[in-house]
Amino acid sequence: MNIAMFYLLSAIILVFSILTVTSRKILRAAVYLLFVLIGTSGIYFQLNYEFLAAVQLTLYAGGIVVLIIFSILLTHHIDHKFERPALFNLLGGIAVAAVGVGAVLYTVFDHRFVPSAAPAVDVNMTVIGEQLLGMDKNGYVLPFELISILLLAALIGAVVIAKKGKETEEL
Amino acid sequence: MIEGIPIYHFLVVSTIMFFVGVCGFIIRRNLITMLMAVELILNSVNINFVVFNRYLYPDQLQGHFFTLFIVAVAATEAAVAIALIINIYRRFKNIEVQNVSEMKY
Repeated sequence: MNIAMFYLLSAIILVFSILTVTSRKILRAAVYLLFVLIGTSGIYFQLNYEFLAAVQLTLYAGGIVVLIIFSILLTHHIDHKFERPALFNLLGGIAVAAVGVGAVLYTVFDHRFVPSAAPAVDVNMTVIGEQLLGMDKNGYVLPFELISILLLAALIGAVVIAKKGKETEEL
Repeated sequence: MIEGIPIYHFLVVSTIMFFVGVCGFIIRRNLITMLMAVELILNSVNINFVVFNRYLYPDQLQGHFFTLFIVAVAATEAAVAIALIINIYRRFKNIEVQNVSEMKY
């Protein structure tokens, strides 16, 4: 059951990620991206990382995709269709991707991963909170604070950039 | 970990997803579709972090937390990128890459 579910999720992820980059209608590409993100969160659920899956669903599927669709509607007509990409670009992109997949998969299958037999730590909210704000060996308080400042700075920067200034109105 | 599924299957999925994202970044000439390709790339890396964490080091949570941080960075990146895209659209009236060859005004 789990195994069938995993292969179904991987099929969803692969098919919809290919559709995301090949679809010629941009709104459809955004919806395909949403399916990819939901499939990814399904994989996190299968690996028993429920908190991560919930974060993936709310932040990615709920936040970023909505932001992308919002900006699409601000900048495109809904029935806008792209022209086909230039043949040189198309062949170049596919060649780069094929070479990359070959090289990475060769390296991965060349390496022997040894699954650990250590007992899995129970990932509940208490453990996550204590480690995220802890200062001992397994503490992540410094990256947590860094990410908070980064988030604040980026959001203020986004507001400042997107604000319509006086110079812009003249153009 | 999921019983009966070797770690290689996850890695194949995330590798293909990563290079589909790279391919999309190269062939698409539109800022928003390039942003979506970047999201694909970040997600495939997230899958790798989580799977390595679960299969190789199940007694620690490093991959888990780095995935959380990557999600936060992706959110900030999307916010800034979309602010830039909307500003570019106001100035040039489209967001195709070849039409936006100058940043200053």
